[in-house]
Amino acid sequence: MRDALGSVQSVLVLGGGSDIGRAIVRALVADRTRTVILAARDPDALAETCEELRRAGAQTETVAFDAVDTAAHPDLIDRVFDSQGDIDLALVAFGVLGSQPEFLGDPASAAASVHVNFTGATAALLAVASRMRRQGHGTIVVLSSVAGERARRSNFVYGSAKAGLDAFAQGLADELAPSGIDVIVVRPGMVRTKMTEGMDAVPLTTTPEAVAEDVVAAIRRGGSRTVWSPPALRYVMTVLRLLPRPLFRRLDL
Amino acid sequence: MQPVDSEDAILEALRSAPERGVLARGLGRAYGDAAQNSGGLVLDMTSLNGASDTGTTGVVEANTGMSLGQLITELLPSGRFPEVVPGTRHVTIGGAIAADIHGKNHHRDGSFCDHVESFVVLTPTGERMVVKPGDDAFEATAGGMGLTGVIASARLRVRRVETALMVVDTERANDLDQLLSRLRETDAAHRYSVAWIDCLARGRSLGRAVLMRGDHARRDDDLPASQRETPLVPPPSALLAAPPWVPRGLLNRVTVRAFNEAYFRRAPVAEHGRVQALHAFFFPLDAVRGWNRLYGSSGFLQYQCLIPFGAEETVRALLERLSSAGAPSFLAVLKAMGPGRGLLSFPGPGWTLALDIPVLPWLARLLDELDELVAAAGGRVYLAKDSRLRPDLLATMYPELPRWEEIRARLDPDRVMRSDLARRLMLGVKAAPA
Repeated sequence: MRDALGSVQSVLVLGGGSDIGRAIVRALVADRTRTVILAARDPDALAETCEELRRAGAQTETVAFDAVDTAAHPDLIDRVFDSQGDIDLALVAFGVLGSQPEFLGDPASAAASVHVNFTGATAALLAVASRMRRQGHGTIVVLSSVAGERARRSNFVYGSAKAGLDAFAQGLADELAPSGIDVIVVRPGMVRTKMTEGMDAVPLTTTPEAVAEDVVAAIRRGGSRTVWSPPALRYVMTVLRLLPRPLFRRLDL
Repeated sequence: MQPVDSEDAILEALRSAPERGVLARGLGRAYGDAAQNSGGLVLDMTSLNGASDTGTTGVVEANTGMSLGQLITELLPSGRFPEVVPGTRHVTIGGAIAADIHGKNHHRDGSFCDHVESFVVLTPTGERMVVKPGDDAFEATAGGMGLTGVIASARLRVRRVETALMVVDTERANDLDQLLSRLRETDAAHRYSVAWIDCLARGRSLGRAVLMRGDHARRDDDLPASQRETPLVPPPSALLAAPPWVPRGLLNRVTVRAFNEAYFRRAPVAEHGRVQALHAFFFPLDAVRGWNRLYGSSGFLQYQCLIPFGAEETVRALLERLSSAGAPSFLAVLKAMGPGRGLLSFPGPGWTLALDIPVLPWLARLLDELDELVAAAGGRVYLAKDSRLRPDLLATMYPELPRWEEIRARLDPDRVMRSDLARRLMLGVKAAPA
C-alpha cells in the first residue's frame, strides 16, 4: 500500500534489466519497498540485481517476460498480481534503441523495434491497468523519452515509437484517473546506460540515478504527471518543437 | 460506499462480500487509511444511528453510527455526558470503539472502551455476538481497527454532569522538566488535563508549554447566579470557516514560530477557575469548519505516539529532533495516560505526544527516526492516526499482536474484514492456523 507520504511497498518492473529501471528500484528499496518483482526476457541475467536488492532488505522474484509476446501478457500479469497481492507501483522500463542506419536498410528490423517499444508496451500497460483497477489503487510509471517530443532524422524510428507510447500513456492516465490510479510519464534525455554505450554525450546528459531521483520525487508527490529529467529539458524541447522546419533540418540532430 | 441502516443489511453485506473485502466506516475522521478499503466494499454506518434510551439512567444503548456530537446533544439536557470524548465530536461510537479512543481524562478514567458495558459485533461468519469486557471478541475489537467484524450497537456508561460548562485552570511551563513535573504532581487534582507544547522552542526553552486543566463546572459552586437557571444549555458558539483556498506553505517555520510565541505569551502564567463552554474546552477545532485547509494543498500529517513512564529522555529526544528539524507543528499536545487495555488498543501508562506537521519533503525521514526512538523506548504509535508507519515496527510496538492475530483469525477466518491500513501494515494477514 502506498503510504500518506508516497512510499510504496511493492513494485513490478517490466524490463527488469533496464539501467534506469534498476536505479529507480534501488532508490525505492532504500525507502520502504520490500517486494520487488523483476520481469525480463532473460530472468537469469537478473541474478546480480536480485542479490543486491536482497542485501538491501527486499524480497525479490523474477519472471520471464517477452514484450513482443503480447498474447501472453494478461496471463502473466494476472499471475504476478495473484501471487504477490497488491502491486503499488508498476514500472514499464523495457525498450530497444536500435540503429537508425540499419533500420533504413532493413525495414523489418525497424518494425520489430517498434513492436517492442510501442505495441508491446500497450499490451503490457493495459494488462497492468486492468488489475490495478480491480485493486482500486496503484501507480504506473512509463519510461518515455525526449526523442518522442519531435522526431529527429538521426533516430526517428525509436522517436516515433516513444511518441506513440507517450501519447498512449497520457491517454491511459486520463482513463484511469476516476479509479484513483496515477500514471507518471517519464521523458529522460540522454542517459549514460548500456543502451547508449559508445554514443557521444550531448548537453544535459544525465545518469540513471539522477533520473531515478526525479521519478521517486514524482511518485512521492502523487498524481498523474509528466517528468522531464533533467527538468531543464522541458524548455529545451519546447524550443526545439517550435523551431520552424527549415531551421530544424539544418540543426542536423 | 454502501449505506447500511440495520443489522440485517450488514449481515447481508458480509455474506456477499466482494473479493477485496468489507470495512465499516463512520464519519471518516481518522487521519490515515483506517477507514479506506481500495477496490473493496465500504459500509457507511452513519445511517445506523439513534440511541434507544433517552431516560436518565447511567447507561445508554446506542447504535454505532451515531456520532458523539449527536450523543452529547441527546444526553446533555438530562445532565449526562459521555465518559470519554476525543478532540472532535465528529466521530461515531463505532469508530470510537474500533480505535479505542481516549480523551483528556485518560489519566483518570481510561479509554472509551473502559466505559462500554457490552457491544454487538457482527462477524463475517454471520454470527451476532454480544460481548463484554474480558471476552476475546470484545478485547480484540476494542482498538481492533474494524478488522474483527462490524460493531452494530453498544451499551455505554455515561457521566453525570450538573452543567454544560467547564472550570479551567491554565498555567505555563517554561521547559520540559517543569512541564513533566507539573503534570505528574497536579494531574490527579483534575479530571481533564492536557498540555500544548511549543515544538519550535529549543535549548533551555525546549518543551515550554501551556497546561490546560479542566473539571465539569458545578451548578451552585461555579456558576454565576444568572446561569444557574439553565445550567445545561450550552452557550451558543461561533462557527468559523477556513477560507476555501490558502497559499501553499502558509504554515511555515516563521508563521508557526510567531503563532507559538504569541500563544505562549498570551496564556496566563497561572489562571484559576475560568468558566468555559464545554464544546470550546473539548472541541476547539470543531468551531473552525475545514480547519485542515489551513495547511494548503499538500496537507499535513498527524503523528501520535506513546512513551512509557520512565523513558522521559525519549520525550526530550523527540522534541529535540522536532525542534532541530524546524518542524512547524502548531498543534502539539502532550498528556499523561493511565493503564491501557492491551492487544491493539493504543493507550497505556506513559506520555502521549500528538503533532500536526505540514507535509514537507523531509518529513518521511524525520518520522521514521521518531518511530525508531519510540520503538526503542518500548512505546508505540497510534494506529487511528497513522498513515506511514513501517510495517516491521508494528510487532515491536504492539507486543500483544500475535494474540490479537489469533483472535482475529477465529472471528474472521476468511479475512473478509479489510482496510488499506491493514494492507499497509500487514495487519490481520497472518495465515489463520490450519
